Amino acid sequence: MGHARPLATSRSATGIPTGRLAVWWILASEVVIFGGLLGVYIMHRIGHPEWAEAASHTQTWVGAINTFVLLTSSFTAVLAHQAAEKGDGKKAAKLLGMTILGALTFLVIKSLEWTNEISHGYTITANTFWSFYYTAAGLHALHVIAGAIIMGVVAFDAYRGRELHRVELIGIYWHFVDVVWIFLFPLLYIAK
Amino acid sequence: MIDLIQASTYAADIDNLITLLAVLTGFWFLAAEGVFFWLIWKFREKPGQKSQYLVGKEKHVKRWITIPHALVLVCDVFIIVGAVQVWYNVKQHLPEADSTIRITGQQWAWTFQHPGADNELDTADDIFTVEDLHVEVDKVYHFKLESRDVLHDFSVPVFRIKQDAVPGRSITGWFEANQTGEFDIQCAEICGIGHGIMAGRIHIEDANTHAAWISSASAATSP
Amino acid sequence: MADTVVDVHHDAHAHDDHHHGPSGIIKYLWSTDHKIIAMQYMFTGMAMGILGGYMAYVFRMQLAFPGISVPGFGQVSPGEYNALITNHGSIMIFWLAMPVLIAAFGNYLIPLMIGADDMVFPRINRLSFQIFFISVLVLLASLFVEGGGFGGAWTSYPPLSSEAEFNLTNLGSTLWLTAVALEFVAFLLGGINFITTLMNARAPGMKAYDIPLVCWMIVIASILFMLSVGPLIAGAVMLLFDQTLNTGFYDPARGGDPILWQHLFWFFGHPEVYVVLLPAIGITIEVMATFSRKKIFGYKMVLYTAVATGVLSFFVWAHHQFIAGIDPRMANVFTITTLLISVPIAEMLFVMIATLYGGSIRLTTPMLWALAFMAEFLIGGVTGIFLGASGADIYFHDTYFVLAHFHYTFFPIAIIGTFCGFTYWFPKMFGKMMNETLGKIHFWGTVIPFNFIFIPLFVLGMGGQHRRIYNFQHFPELAGPEMYNLRQTATIALLVMIAFQLVFFTNLIMSLIKGEKAGKNPWKANSLEWTTESPPPHGNWPPDQMPVVYRGPYEFGHPDREEDYWPQDEPA
Repeated sequence: MGHARPLATSRSATGIPTGRLAVWWILASEVVIFGGLLGVYIMHRIGHPEWAEAASHTQTWVGAINTFVLLTSSFTAVLAHQAAEKGDGKKAAKLLGMTILGALTFLVIKSLEWTNEISHGYTITANTFWSFYYTAAGLHALHVIAGAIIMGVVAFDAYRGRELHRVELIGIYWHFVDVVWIFLFPLLYIAK
Repeated sequence: MIDLIQASTYAADIDNLITLLAVLTGFWFLAAEGVFFWLIWKFREKPGQKSQYLVGKEKHVKRWITIPHALVLVCDVFIIVGAVQVWYNVKQHLPEADSTIRITGQQWAWTFQHPGADNELDTADDIFTVEDLHVEVDKVYHFKLESRDVLHDFSVPVFRIKQDAVPGRSITGWFEANQTGEFDIQCAEICGIGHGIMAGRIHIEDANTHAAWISSASAATSP
Repeated sequence: MADTVVDVHHDAHAHDDHHHGPSGIIKYLWSTDHKIIAMQYMFTGMAMGILGGYMAYVFRMQLAFPGISVPGFGQVSPGEYNALITNHGSIMIFWLAMPVLIAAFGNYLIPLMIGADDMVFPRINRLSFQIFFISVLVLLASLFVEGGGFGGAWTSYPPLSSEAEFNLTNLGSTLWLTAVALEFVAFLLGGINFITTLMNARAPGMKAYDIPLVCWMIVIASILFMLSVGPLIAGAVMLLFDQTLNTGFYDPARGGDPILWQHLFWFFGHPEVYVVLLPAIGITIEVMATFSRKKIFGYKMVLYTAVATGVLSFFVWAHHQFIAGIDPRMANVFTITTLLISVPIAEMLFVMIATLYGGSIRLTTPMLWALAFMAEFLIGGVTGIFLGASGADIYFHDTYFVLAHFHYTFFPIAIIGTFCGFTYWFPKMFGKMMNETLGKIHFWGTVIPFNFIFIPLFVLGMGGQHRRIYNFQHFPELAGPEMYNLRQTATIALLVMIAFQLVFFTNLIMSLIKGEKAGKNPWKANSLEWTTESPPPHGNWPPDQMPVVYRGPYEFGHPDREEDYWPQDEPA
C-alpha cells in the first residue's frame, strides 16, 4: 500500500531540509558510539604498552590501500551529489554505483586481510588488542555494508529520477563512514 | 530509627556529616513543601475570581526565585566542604598502620589473612580464616582488598566503611576500631546467587584477648 | 504511489476504511499514524509495568516473609530472586518509563501540540515501535530459557554479567543484553523523529518560545539520550562479545578492566535519569498551568534550567562509583559537579511552585497527580544530596537508602507522571471523560501507600541493610524483629497499592464504554491539541484547517479577556 507523505515532512521551520537535519542527528549519535569505542581503546592502549607487539602484526599497507579505496568512493559520492543537483538522476545513479563498487572492494580486501590474520592465529580472542581490532573494524564494516545497501536503493530511485535529494543525504553518511576509517587506520594500524 | 553503634574512629565523622545534610536539606524540604501547600490552599478556586496574569519577568517578582537560588548554592558549598573533608579522612588519607590484613572475596565467602604473631603479612605464621575477621581495638589496620572472581564489596556497617573488591586489583584502605564487640560484615555488591549468604563477622578484641586468639589460632593451624 | 495524494488529506469519516490491503489487527500493527503508535507504546509500556509490579510483589513478599510460598509464584529461590530484582529494575526503566513518557507521550503530543499532521518520518516511527516490540519479546524470552532470567542487577556489572560460570545464566544474560540493546536502537530512531519534527514541522507562526514545554522536554530528553547512550552501545557490544565469543574486554586477567563497564554504564545511566525526568516535569507543567489557570512563571527559566541540568548530567556519572575502586581524588571532583546539579533542578522546582501563586487552583484528578509529583519528587531530590556527598555515600552506597531515594525519584516520574499525563489527555485520546470520583480514590490509594512502602526502606537503609540480599537470616544485625516489622510494613503497603490499581482499570474500562463525551477542549486549555476533535482524526486537522499560531501556550487569566484562557490558534 502506498504511503502518504504527511504535510509535516514538507515543512521546514528551521530552513534546513528535514532529511538533512535527520542525517546530521544520526551522525551525532554515531559519533558518540564510535567516540566511546575509540576513547576506550585509546585509554587501554596507553595503559598497555605491550599491545604494540600485537599491533605490529597488522598489515599497514593493506589498511593504506583500503583508505585509498574509501577516499576514492567518497569522491564519486561527491560527483553523484553534483549530478543530482543538476537533476541528472541517471548520472548520479551511475556514480553511486561506482561508490558501491568502492564499498565492495573495501569489504573484499578486508575479508582477505582478516582471513590471513585469523589463519596466523590472530583471532578476536588472541588478546584484547585483537578484540578491539576486530570489534572496531567490524562495527565500521557493518556501516560500510549498511551504507552500500542504502546507496543501492537511492541509486535505484535516482535512476528513475525520483527522490534525488537523497543522493546528498547518503553522500553525507558515506563521508562519515570514511572519516571513521580515517580515525581507525592510524589507531589500529600505524600506532605500533 | 534503628540505632547503629559507632565502632570506628571515623564513624562519628560520617554520622555528623549525615546530620549536617539532614539539617540543610531538611530545611529546604520543609520550606519548599510549606510554601507549596500554602499556595495550593491560598489560591484554591473561588467562584467569580479570575487568576492573576503574572509573567514572571519583573525583577521584584524574580527575586523570589533568584534569592533562594543563591542560598541553595551557599548550602551546596557547606555540603561539599563537609563531604570532601570526611572523604579525605576516610578514603584518601592513609594513616600509619599498626597492622595489615588481606581480605579476599570470592563466590560466596570472605577469606581473611591475618599477619599472625610477627605482625607481618605474607609470612609463614599468617592466620587464614573464612568468615571471621579478628582485629584489636584502638589499632590502625590497613586492609588489602582483593577478589578472585567477580566484584564484591567489603562493608562493615558499624564502621561505616565500604569498599568494592575488584578482580585484578588490590585496593588498600584503613580502619581503626574504637570499641570491642562482634559485628556483621556484609557483601554490598551483588555477586551471584549466593550474594545473600556472603556474610562475615568481625571480632574486635582488646589486646589480651586478641593475643590469646593469635596464639590459639597459630597452634591450631601450625603442623 | 498515485493514491497517496488522496490519502494525505481526507476527512475523519473516511479514515476508518481508507487503508487498502491488510485489515484488522495487522492494519493496526502496521499503522504509521503517530497517535496509534503512541497507543501501542502506551499500552505495551503499561503491560510491562504490570509485569514489573508483579515482580516487585513477589520479591517483597519474600523479603517480608522469607521462605513462604508466594501466592501466584511459589517459593522464591536465590537465583529467581536475583532475576526478579534485575528484571523489575530493567523493565520499570527501559520498558515502562521510557516507552510511556518519551515514546507514547512524545508521539501523541508533539505533532498535535505543534500543529502538524504527523511525525516527519512516519515509517521510521513505525519501525521504532516494531524494534521496541521485538525487544519486549526478547526480554520475555530471557525469563524462560534454561538457567532462568539474568540476575546480575540492572546495572549488569562484569565480570558477573560477562562470564556464565559466575552468573549461571548463560542464555538469560545474553538475551537480556540483546533486549536492552534493541530497546536503545528503537529509542534512537524515535528520538531522531522527535527532534526533527519539533525543529521543522511546527505550525506557521509558532516560534521557539511558543512551543509547549512538554514538547521541549521530550526533545531535550531525546537529545540527552542520543548523546549519552553511544558509548554504552559500544560497551554493550563488547560485553556481548565477552559473553558469547569469550573476548576479554572486562577481564583483568587478559588486559581488560571490569570498571570500564561502570564508566560506560553510568555515563549513560545518570543522564538517563534526566531523560525520563524531563518529560515527566513537562507533563506536570502542562497540567499545573491548566488547572491553576496561570501562565508558567518563567517559561525560559524552565527551558534553560532543563538544558543546564542536561549538560551537567554528563559530568556526574562517577558519583555512582565513589567506592568502586576509582581514584579517590576523582570523588572530590564528582561531588562538586553532583551538588551543582541541585542548583538548576531546585530552580526548576521553585519556578513550578511559583506558578501556583495567584492562580485559581482546581483540584481535578490530573492536577492532584501533578501536585503529588512535586511533593514526592522533592523527597527524592533532597535525599539524592546525601548520596552525592562522597563522605556520606561511603556509608549509604548500595543500602536501602539508595533504593528508597531512587524510588522517590522514579516512582513520581514513571508512575505519577504517567497517571498525570494519562488522566489529563485521556479525553483527547478517547473522546470520553474519566470518572473523577474513581480517579481520586485511585490517586489517594496509590500515593499514600507509596510513602508507606519507601519511608520504612529509608530507615532500613540507615540501619545498614544492603540491597539485593534475598534473605537476611545470615546477618544477625539485620534479622531483628524491628527490621522485619519495617519490611512487612513496606510489603503490606505494596499490596494495598496494587489493590488500588484495580480502581484505575475499572475506571479506564468504564470511562471508555460509557464515559461522558468530551468536547474538543474539556479543560479549557490553550495548546493546539485542544483545538481539534476528541479523538483527533487521521491527519489531526482537516487539511484546510491546519492551525496557525498567534501566541504562547500559557496565556491564562489575561486581563484583557473575559475568558480566563486564550487558545494559541485564536487570531488576535
